Amino acid sequence: MKLLLIKILSSIIFLTSTSSFACSISARVSIVGNEFPAIQTVGSGAKECKGAKVSANLTADHQKINVAGMSSEPAEYTSAIVANTSIVALLNEDLIRPLDSLVKKHGKGLKKNQLITIDGKIMAVAFMANAQHLVYRKDILKKLNIDVPKTYEEMLSAAKKIRDAGLVKNPVGGAYKAGWNLAQEFNNMFIGYGGSHFKGNTAEPNVNSESGVKALEMMKALSNYMNPDFLTHDSNATNAEFRAGNVAIMNMWGSRAATLVDADGVSDEVKNGMDIAGPMTVGGGKTPASTLFWDGWTVAKKISDKEAEATFIAMTNAIRPSIMDNDEIRKQAVWLIDGYKPTEAAKGVFAAAKMSTTPYPMLPYAGLMHSAIGKEISDFMQGKESAKKTLSDIEDAYKASAKEKGFL
Amino acid sequence: MKHKTFFWFILPTFLAMFFFITLPIISVTIQSLHTPHENVLVTVENCDPFGCKKATSINHEATQNLKKNNPLGKYVGLDVYFDRGHLAIEQVKDLWSKTNNFFEFLKLTADLPFYKALFFTLTFTFTVTPIMLVLGLLIALGVNSFNKKLKGLIIFFSLLPMIVTPLIGSIILFWMIDSRGIVGNLLQILFEDPGLSLKASTFLTWIMLIVYGVWHAIPFSFIVFYAGLQTLPKDQIESAQIDGANTFQQTIHIIIPHIMPLITFVTLMQLMDNFRVFEPIVGFNAEAHATSLSWIIFNDLGGETRQLSAAATSSILTILGIIILLLPVLIKTWKEFEFKK
Repeated sequence: MKLLLIKILSSIIFLTSTSSFACSISARVSIVGNEFPAIQTVGSGAKECKGAKVSANLTADHQKINVAGMSSEPAEYTSAIVANTSIVALLNEDLIRPLDSLVKKHGKGLKKNQLITIDGKIMAVAFMANAQHLVYRKDILKKLNIDVPKTYEEMLSAAKKIRDAGLVKNPVGGAYKAGWNLAQEFNNMFIGYGGSHFKGNTAEPNVNSESGVKALEMMKALSNYMNPDFLTHDSNATNAEFRAGNVAIMNMWGSRAATLVDADGVSDEVKNGMDIAGPMTVGGGKTPASTLFWDGWTVAKKISDKEAEATFIAMTNAIRPSIMDNDEIRKQAVWLIDGYKPTEAAKGVFAAAKMSTTPYPMLPYAGLMHSAIGKEISDFMQGKESAKKTLSDIEDAYKASAKEKGFL
Repeated sequence: MKHKTFFWFILPTFLAMFFFITLPIISVTIQSLHTPHENVLVTVENCDPFGCKKATSINHEATQNLKKNNPLGKYVGLDVYFDRGHLAIEQVKDLWSKTNNFFEFLKLTADLPFYKALFFTLTFTFTVTPIMLVLGLLIALGVNSFNKKLKGLIIFFSLLPMIVTPLIGSIILFWMIDSRGIVGNLLQILFEDPGLSLKASTFLTWIMLIVYGVWHAIPFSFIVFYAGLQTLPKDQIESAQIDGANTFQQTIHIIIPHIMPLITFVTLMQLMDNFRVFEPIVGFNAEAHATSLSWIIFNDLGGETRQLSAAATSSILTILGIIILLLPVLIKTWKEFEFKK
């Protein structure tokens, strides 16, 4: 009885504390970040704060502007929403500040695993996890009696069956747009085959290997089942293809898969047929051919302490545990926020974490490698050169830029 | 014009050019001779939601000192100019000694990023410029012979391609030529090839970019030539007509010589414009098939990598390219000027 009373009391306290929760700040907050549903939620959550102006610039081009926008004195952006890929550029230029004292003062609702620490200092607060995993049409697989693919080899044979049956002409989808997207697909496959991008703890490249060749060949094999324009398709375009019913199986971001079929004009067939599964392995390997990501926010270094505090308060407000009560928001991502109960849409990313998928490396020179891969790999995908030549081109391009940036 | 009047007349332009063209070029040149300092790397423990791990990171305190003492970075002379991302001297030498024939050498050289971009940029410049000159002149002649009432309307519509922002124009066309778009689909029907895709083949992508380039640039040459046609010497044409010259002969012998200075002007402008082709490559998502010098600069500056020195070097090389390209036309103009004096 006593226990029940405590429970009721505490829930009342909890309710009143959330409903009376008001966020007030005293200095400007300016956010830059990528745009997908979960980040839009965070952006509008920060805007709920009263007392000073909160603005958010959420765009797919965020990586092109965040470094420049945080380099000036004072910085234009007081916070950048980043992932483990993009935080590196900000760390390299020393543009974000340690958050330890602010976390102590205002960060009561944050869980320990949300705090990203570099050399013991909290540099970012993560709010969601992300990974690429399988998204497929269960109605089509069922019609042809195909099991849900667990490996890329199975994906290929499923693709063949679907095409042969005449159900979908180009059944495989993938964000294979030349540049960042294509390089990310290579990273996945390369890790899946057991490759590692650098030699040990050095900045020396290590992609010209057996795993590299196999990864490229698998990508080429998959591309035979894709829309011939695949080198121009980013994840938005690939999703559009899926919505239109032109794609039956694809490797897609968890953050986009959840709300994939919510758009207007998607046929019921696609809406009811869509399902999610974990990431696939490749070549008999145990590590999935995928990478784990977190998305989180940072606070700029070159702003006043007052602005930094306001930014911290607004961003913490945006990811407060009570937003987990909203079903729409809960569905948008695999939140790392306290009180999150996974939805159906989260099972892909959860499977990725359970299968101990490799997290994307937070290395100062990882971005240079990524960009070198993105630049060189499309020649191979078009059949213009051999896998070996492409891999050695990647290493040469990487070495030239790493030398310029002072890493080699 | 008196020298003093000329001086006051040109001063504002001169100042603007100095501050907005000369100074930036000097700054970019200096940038291209320097690279960032070597980073002092340390191994630290990083923790994220997926666990803790030893990883490499930059030691900012140590790097900061280097930066403070030498804010420009490390002086490397022409190193960046000669590296693989630019002139690739070493790689080209290597290819020269390794390959058996010139064609193979060219093919492999064109695989290096700078030469690949240069190859497309030059192809684009030297196809778009002449096609646009000829078509612009033909349209101007055509419109000039139209009924006065119709002229205004036709001029307005002919100018539309130039009014549309290049990036927007190319994105619109990008979706029209998609294999499911209106143009892409039409081509599939016309050629009876359901697998035809303009975006999947390098050759067709180049053609598409060139067609776009011509489409976008024609209004400029058209309107300049059209203005020139309004000043045609009527008596000369009349006497030519009396002598029995047909339209073609009149065009070749009277009209073209008359508007020659305009042709030189348009050529000059378009060579410069086309050499820095950029927006269509972004708009058409064509970077897998075609890159240009400007695109390389953009790509180096953006994203996670921010290779400022590489971008500065590409900029200087682009400027040198434009100078080389314009030299013949400039020399010709100068000679004519001297001759007239």
